Amino acid sequence: MASTLGTYAAPLVNDAARDLADSIIIAVNTTFTVASRVYSSIPGSRIFAKYVKASYQNDPYRTLLEICLVIFMIWYFGGKKHKPGDDELQLTEKEIQELIDEWEPEPLVPPLTEAQRTELDKIPVISGSSGSKLKLVDGRERINLASFNFLGALNNESTKDKAIEALRKYGVGSCGPCGFYGTIDVHIELEQEIAKFIGADAAIVYSQGFSTIASVIPAFAKRGDIIVADAGVSFAVQKGLQISRSTVKYFKHNDMEDLEKVLEGIQRDQIEKKKPLTRRFIVAEGLYANHGDICPLPKLLELKNKYKYRLILEESFSLGVLGTRGAGVCDHFGVSGKEVDIIAATFSNALSSSGGFCCGSKEIVEHQRLGGQAYVFSASLPAMLAVAAVEGIKYAESHPEALARLRENAVVMRSTLLKNVQQVQCGGVEDSPVVHLRLRDHRFRNREDEEQALQEVVDEALRNGVLITRAKYVNDQELFLPPPSIRIAVTAGHSRKEVEKAAAIIATAVKKVLKGRK
Amino acid sequence: MGKGKRAHFDKYRPPISSADLMSTPSSLIDDCPPPLYKPQPDGKHKENEAHLIEDAPIGVLITTYMSYFFLIVFGHIRDFFGFWLKSDEYKHLKTQNGYAPINSGFDTFYHRRLYVRIRDCFNRPVTNVPGRTITLLDRKSEDYNRTFKLTGETKEVLNLSSYNYLGFAQSEGPCADAVETAVRKYGVATCSSRMEAGTLDQHQEVEALVARFVGKEAAMIISMGFATNSTTIPALVGKGCLIISDELNHSSLVYGARVSGASIRVFKHNDMKDLEAVLRNSIAGGQPRTHRPWKKILVMVEGLYSMEGSICALPEIVELKKKYKFYLYLDEAHSIGAMGPNGRGICDYFGVDPEDVDIMMGTFTKSFGAAGGYIAAKQEIVDRVRFYTHASVYAEAITPPILQQIYTSMRIIMGEEGGDEGRRRIQQLARNCRFFSAELRKMGFIVYGDEDSPIVPLLLFHPAKIPAFSREMLKRGIAVVVVGYPATPIITSRVRFCLSAAHTMEDLKFALQHISEVGDDMVLKVSRLNRPAVA
Ligand SMILES: Cc1ncc(COP(=O)(O)O)c(C=O)c1O
Repeated sequence: MASTLGTYAAPLVNDAARDLADSIIIAVNTTFTVASRVYSSIPGSRIFAKYVKASYQNDPYRTLLEICLVIFMIWYFGGKKHKPGDDELQLTEKEIQELIDEWEPEPLVPPLTEAQRTELDKIPVISGSSGSKLKLVDGRERINLASFNFLGALNNESTKDKAIEALRKYGVGSCGPCGFYGTIDVHIELEQEIAKFIGADAAIVYSQGFSTIASVIPAFAKRGDIIVADAGVSFAVQKGLQISRSTVKYFKHNDMEDLEKVLEGIQRDQIEKKKPLTRRFIVAEGLYANHGDICPLPKLLELKNKYKYRLILEESFSLGVLGTRGAGVCDHFGVSGKEVDIIAATFSNALSSSGGFCCGSKEIVEHQRLGGQAYVFSASLPAMLAVAAVEGIKYAESHPEALARLRENAVVMRSTLLKNVQQVQCGGVEDSPVVHLRLRDHRFRNREDEEQALQEVVDEALRNGVLITRAKYVNDQELFLPPPSIRIAVTAGHSRKEVEKAAAIIATAVKKVLKGRK
Repeated sequence: MGKGKRAHFDKYRPPISSADLMSTPSSLIDDCPPPLYKPQPDGKHKENEAHLIEDAPIGVLITTYMSYFFLIVFGHIRDFFGFWLKSDEYKHLKTQNGYAPINSGFDTFYHRRLYVRIRDCFNRPVTNVPGRTITLLDRKSEDYNRTFKLTGETKEVLNLSSYNYLGFAQSEGPCADAVETAVRKYGVATCSSRMEAGTLDQHQEVEALVARFVGKEAAMIISMGFATNSTTIPALVGKGCLIISDELNHSSLVYGARVSGASIRVFKHNDMKDLEAVLRNSIAGGQPRTHRPWKKILVMVEGLYSMEGSICALPEIVELKKKYKFYLYLDEAHSIGAMGPNGRGICDYFGVDPEDVDIMMGTFTKSFGAAGGYIAAKQEIVDRVRFYTHASVYAEAITPPILQQIYTSMRIIMGEEGGDEGRRRIQQLARNCRFFSAELRKMGFIVYGDEDSPIVPLLLFHPAKIPAFSREMLKRGIAVVVVGYPATPIITSRVRFCLSAAHTMEDLKFALQHISEVGDDMVLKVSRLNRPAVA
């Protein structure tokens, strides 16, 4: 083609081409000067130009390669990216319709197993008010060792009177979250009382115990923060850890050496990788619901201060139980409540009301008034229950003998059980009121079988006048599912005689069940 | 309108307590506009819904953005100098002795520089019943809203803020009497979870009543509404399942969805076309990467949206459900009791068969003046959910006084107690809603939401108007709730009125008059819709 052109149209083409070439050269030149002027006004451009020149002299191919690389990078990053899920756009309408027609969802819930059915039927139903002793719907009275009524303060008459007084002043519901006219004066009073009781600067009240810690943790720990948690923490804490999206590391339950190892590992990692400083938390419980033992607070405090972590303590089971005043694990070890950065607990155990709270410095508390999800997005605690919680605190403060009896009863319970039956093991420290009763020296086919056996013990004890319960979990969602157990909750509301009697009944029940299974 | 003209609520007419009102004969409400629900024979959602969401006029839009711009710029300037000059006050935002700050300065910028300025409009402490009126504890701040001191004085104001839709927040009357008896009989708590030893015969009785009320086989009651959502959703769906959620769903639903581990997709608020598109894409595309089909799909919607006042398009959703075989989770926190000719929620309102909704969830904190929430569904679902809902296994059971309040108020609504008292309340609320929002619209305010909604959001737009409106209304003796970013989109700050059956026509007229005056002062009547006078 070029040769044919060249033979007869050469002069013409040449002229045109020359014109074109001239104008192109002019255009390129002006653009280039403008560009270079702009370019040289960019700081650092000289260095870049020098670098290009130098490298060109050394190795022109390298420059070429680099240019190619740059172009490739622009193409790669500027180009359309493949996102997962893009393929679906390429289906035709008909194909989509077919897929939709074909799709069969699973049922919303699978049916219950036979064991679950019977378990549902066996949930004890109380007739009238709950307490240290109660009546079930069959009309017979039972000793109650299943409720967390540790102080025996549940439903005493003065609390009822106060609650009714509150009813007549405030009505029942608060009809609004705290932010929007849901903060009642009794909430303020309760916050002050509980902060004083624990020995913290301030407190904030939530409307449910379970949701408290599950909301407190994510209010502070965010993505990228580090949490080191005890492997024995209860479910609500686990949910808080999960929703926070922080990096969570677990240490062996109550094993301070392991904790230090984990902390050291994190420190090393941070120094090596020069990671920026983020918030770091240690999460533990005062008295472990799942184990019945107490956290070694002094050692925890030492490690937290050494490695500069903040300590979050869940005290639902230690509040109103541990310490000379019943003010929890800090009281137990004689340290100030201010040493712990964040304390959260429920009012629904020893303080025998409902709702939860979080204590800490003013800053910690105020932050939650805008950042605690379950606080901001939920109606506040009904006034009657807030008043009942205040009564609970007052009861704990004014009944030191209840605390002493509680400990004594716990010791009696454990010793009587162990004396009467060999095949059991009682989890938890000696005077802790949370007794995890487990069967030993017996082979079970699987977890269900073991749970079944424990349930038989519960049923047998119930027939003989003692209400106890298996510790219940959402089995497949627990992170470290504790072994099956009967969780006996000792209270101060029983006399020594009653505790001995109940323990003997439970022991007999164990023996009977194990005998039947031989 | 000068200062002298500002009428004080208690000068205008001494408020009577809501309990008094509830026992007044219905002659008080005779001058109301006629009832009520538009018949919806074809069960179709109203087509004219779209016109209820009006865009902001362009001038308002620009000035609002400018306001935020200035607030943010000045905030940063103050931060910049503050960090150097007043480092003590900023100590908590800096790394201290090896600890990262508990809140970073960036995260709390909004809080420090915008929220604190208007903090006096929130968390106002109250004493007394949150009924027709509410009694505020007066408080003062001497350090620009950083801390407050109670002055010891109280002020009774008209309450347009509590979720007391049916007026059951009462310290007297049949509910309160029944609650007192219940406390004597059952005490105040049980100190245990439902699955262990916290179940009373009362629980079973109230659960049966709730199931009957909402039209489902069975129901389960949880001690907190938030936890009902946040701990039940993980019991229903998990890995390999898909949750399709309305973009404006409540934080508890979002929390539950995140805990469940299911994939989450979002559709535009109440936009059925978008929902259908998301459904089609999701079902056809399957799970991300593996493209395996979804195990199941759960669509989560609310009956009545608490910030928008919009009612979910349930009939259309049910139609889609039949087409796409998803499961439906309906949160009726605000609508149960407050909507429908029988107070039985959105299904009642639209005449939809409750059978078509798989999971009905609701709370008792609103219309029933109690606390807690419920899950109602088929028996097998409720049974299963009892084992897997975290709050049923680990959290404290709902307490006897609260249960009793639910029981008695629900029976009154159902007409099984107190004669036609329940019906009267439902009708009074419905009248109040229609009257109030129609009047506001006529005045030229931009009002969101459905005309039958007891939640009436009125748009304020400018950040400066948020506290100004709230303070001015308080001065005039009316308690209102104002909300702004981040609870709403940045542009649509609003005041949210909550109506109640406890409000009389006079109350509403009193409120409307003041809202109108304040609206004139603050240039809030910016609607350009020429609305037809509402019949
Ligand atoms: C849609 C929705 N779901 C759940 C809740 C939580 O209910 P409660 O206040 O009883 O915790 C609310 C309350 O604001 C809500 O609006």
